[in-house]
Amino acid sequence: MTRADCITLLPLILIAGTSMLVMLAIAFTRNHTLAARLTVAGLLAAFMSVLAVTPYVPRHVTALLIMDRYALFYMGVIIASAVTVAVLSYSYFEQQEGHCEELYVLLSIATLGCLVLVASSHLMSSFLGLEILSVSLYAMIAYLKERKQSLEAGIKYLVLGAASSAFLLFGMALIYAELGTMEFSQVAAASAVQSRLALLLPGIVLIITGIGFKLAVVPFHLWTPDVYEGAPAPVTAFIATVSKTAIFALLLRVLHQPGVHQSRTLFAVFAIIAVASMLAGNLLALLQTNVKRILAYSSIAHFGYMLVAFVAGGTMAVEAVTFYLVAYTVTTLGAFGVVTVLSGSSRDADRLDDYQGLFWRRPLMAGIFTVMLLSLAGIPATMGFLAKFYVLAAGASATQWSLILILVTTSTIGLYYYLRILVALYSTSSEGEPSVQPVARVSGFVLAVLTAFLLWFGLYPAPLLDMIQRHAVPSVAEILTPESGKLSLHIGSGGVSLPASGEARR
Amino acid sequence: MMLVWLIVIPLVAGMLAWLTARWSTQLPRWISLAAAVLDLVLTLVLWMRSGSAVAAGAATVWFAEVDWTWVPRFGIHFHLGVDGLSLLMLGLTCVLGLMSVLCSWTEIREQVGFFHFNLMWMLAGIAGVFLALDLFLFYFAWELMLIPMYFLIAIWGHERRIYAAIKFLLFTQLSGLLMLIAILALYFMHYQTTGVYTFQYGDLLGAQLTPEAERWIMLGFVLAFAVKLPVVPLHTWLSDAHSEAPTAGSVILAGLLLKTGAYGLLRFVLPLFPHAAHEVTPVALVLAVLGIAYGAVMAFAQTDLKRLVAYTSVSHLGFVLLGIFSWNPFGLQGAVMTMICHGLSTGALFILVGALQERTHTRDMDRMGGLWITVPRFSGAALFFALASLGLPGLGDFVGEFLVLLGAYQLSVGITVVAALGILASTLYALRMVQRVFHGENTQRWQLQDLSPREALIIAPMIAALLWLGLYPQPILNTFAPAMHNLLREANLPAVVWQKR
Repeated sequence: MTRADCITLLPLILIAGTSMLVMLAIAFTRNHTLAARLTVAGLLAAFMSVLAVTPYVPRHVTALLIMDRYALFYMGVIIASAVTVAVLSYSYFEQQEGHCEELYVLLSIATLGCLVLVASSHLMSSFLGLEILSVSLYAMIAYLKERKQSLEAGIKYLVLGAASSAFLLFGMALIYAELGTMEFSQVAAASAVQSRLALLLPGIVLIITGIGFKLAVVPFHLWTPDVYEGAPAPVTAFIATVSKTAIFALLLRVLHQPGVHQSRTLFAVFAIIAVASMLAGNLLALLQTNVKRILAYSSIAHFGYMLVAFVAGGTMAVEAVTFYLVAYTVTTLGAFGVVTVLSGSSRDADRLDDYQGLFWRRPLMAGIFTVMLLSLAGIPATMGFLAKFYVLAAGASATQWSLILILVTTSTIGLYYYLRILVALYSTSSEGEPSVQPVARVSGFVLAVLTAFLLWFGLYPAPLLDMIQRHAVPSVAEILTPESGKLSLHIGSGGVSLPASGEARR
Repeated sequence: MMLVWLIVIPLVAGMLAWLTARWSTQLPRWISLAAAVLDLVLTLVLWMRSGSAVAAGAATVWFAEVDWTWVPRFGIHFHLGVDGLSLLMLGLTCVLGLMSVLCSWTEIREQVGFFHFNLMWMLAGIAGVFLALDLFLFYFAWELMLIPMYFLIAIWGHERRIYAAIKFLLFTQLSGLLMLIAILALYFMHYQTTGVYTFQYGDLLGAQLTPEAERWIMLGFVLAFAVKLPVVPLHTWLSDAHSEAPTAGSVILAGLLLKTGAYGLLRFVLPLFPHAAHEVTPVALVLAVLGIAYGAVMAFAQTDLKRLVAYTSVSHLGFVLLGIFSWNPFGLQGAVMTMICHGLSTGALFILVGALQERTHTRDMDRMGGLWITVPRFSGAALFFALASLGLPGLGDFVGEFLVLLGAYQLSVGITVVAALGILASTLYALRMVQRVFHGENTQRWQLQDLSPREALIIAPMIAALLWLGLYPQPILNTFAPAMHNLLREANLPAVVWQKR
């Protein structure tokens, strides 16, 4: 480890430091506000450091981690989301009885795990990151130990999570036994050269199983609705956004390695998972009456959509998935943020009845929730629409017509359950008692920022698209396949210059 | 720049209306009214300018254009343009927008601010649809106008409003997404032949497509437009949405939203996919006649006044479809005339039915009768629009339907005969409606208020407009002429088709 290595690792170090600092602070004085403030400050410092280390990348830090622009981009997204979750947690846990300071320690450790995931270039470091994340999540989900549902969710996630980790570990062992290496680039290269190795395919299948559990794609999704429902609302927001984003970013990095694209079987498997997720997620959501469960199934469906772009492949796919992840993160944070803000001390506001006529009681909250739901449904003027458009474009560019037709059909089904929530929000026959607790100012501010973000980039996405195009492509691809870089440049200039288009036609 | 204002004014007015609602319930109405008037004035200015442009023999068909880069990554532009066709539709939008603000003046009492927000944003979306020259922008506006409509029906609608609103949104959303796929397919196929990523209408006109690709892509577009129009097997959302919507919602649905479907066929399907569109002509003609007959028969069978008027729309829009697929100037002119006159006459009928419902709290014809004695001026106005709707010579609808039949006659005599029978059926349902509501015995002893000055203010200009269009339609046809010739040129001259037959 040289000094330069340490500088590039600054975001990780800062977050690890934050968790220690908060832990020490708790040892001296139990103060919820202090713990929350320290955490937010530490996370913001880490966010700043992400910007600061940009000049030093790309850089391999040991064989385990690679700090490139791709990793930094996702670190930025993850840390920003973690800040949002921390703020939402503050107003949520302020109402709860018992100690709640440790949650922030867990939150920063889980965030650290996510950062390791997006920067890992080695099976071992990705496993480490995943475990750091998962173990903290077990405790976070069951944090409200007075609530039975919360405990049940924690145990469920623990058992299934441990099982999926075992799958993952076994898969890695098989790959190591076959290839003698665990570095992504070498694994990919080796598998491309000597295909049909006896242990390689089972290894990969086991790893897909493990990752599938964490991403909650069909058929590995069974835990999702229960855990989403049982976990405290801000923790649900964390699971749905930060942890899934990190894991998907990892998946994207692995599958963007040269050589992997030649594996047709692998992509066929992902296509099947995508179709199953879109169908099951959207259809099962129709049967739910609990808002958290509806959002759980909707997140399953959304990862199905992302996999469509993913299967399409190519540079556009990486951009599409990245944009989708950002849009999904912002939207889901907002949706769960509203649930968090409306939740009381005894239970979360997760029944549809809790939202009956919300618009007439609290127009602002209902308005924010409306925007979030419309974004999830992919209605124009929100980021959700552009994200869906991007995915469809990626699918169309790879002529995956059947996949995008299924996407379109299932997302129309999906519209129905978002509309059900909307109908409840605006129903005039409101029987629900007006909820009394005022919205904490910080949470309100965070939600307003999320909404503004969603609408601004929904209407004028050019800056964000530009940024994703420049940063969010895994560096391996930049080094080894220069064509992809050229292609995106070509796209960039081709669309703008109208005179050129005229010439081309002549 | 004026085109941008046409969209921005209602958007801003909608926001203001929502914000000011907390201080006063009247303020949102006045703000919306001002915005609608302002838009109308802008459109009239555009029309006057366009007249001089045509007289001067302008080289381009676009009277005014705005073209800004929006999303360079995909080559998406914020490109608005107006030609004769868009201009006429824009005029209709402004007039009906104004009327729908006025007709909601006393009907809407709850959440006035949010109502006008939705109304204004919908008008902005519709204006965007009629102005967009970039396919992405077109789709954007196409989807954007649906959400406010959903809210209008779901919040301020009648008894079965939730069902109607959801059905409306699901139908239009699914067909819209299929169109999005078609747009993307066109985009990538155009890229493959030219190496340029663009959604620009002007560029895509020259896209080289294989016949099979052209058929599939056209299908995506046609489905979206056919649901909106509506073409008969896809019309089931319409009667529910129309009858459950508040008056302003029904006026805009019938007057404008259906026209976006017809506009889409004229603007995109015919010029972009001329070969495939020629191929489906027989199917389109049969479906058009089916719609005319089916709409008329269904209208005759209704007892709910709003549903009755809704089904007459199916019938009239059948004429529009017939005119569009006649592939000759008569047919196209007739289609556009029918679109405008149907917007006015049906819009007015919906306003009258809405006003009647506000007074009687029912739309059931069985509970009405003999209203002429108590509301003579109201009944007279209703009779006028019923006559317009059945195609009485001298009123606008007659000109449109006559031209459509003239165009269709050149293509197929049989089709024309059946369509003409549809006009006969329209006489039946229109007169039956007048008979049952306004004549006969006043069994329920209704004592109602006659037309208020505000209502008279809405109705009088529409009567005048229909008379003007019926007696002297030439200005409309003149405005449309350059756009029509351009359209026929893009869609292969009809003469060529004729020689083939």
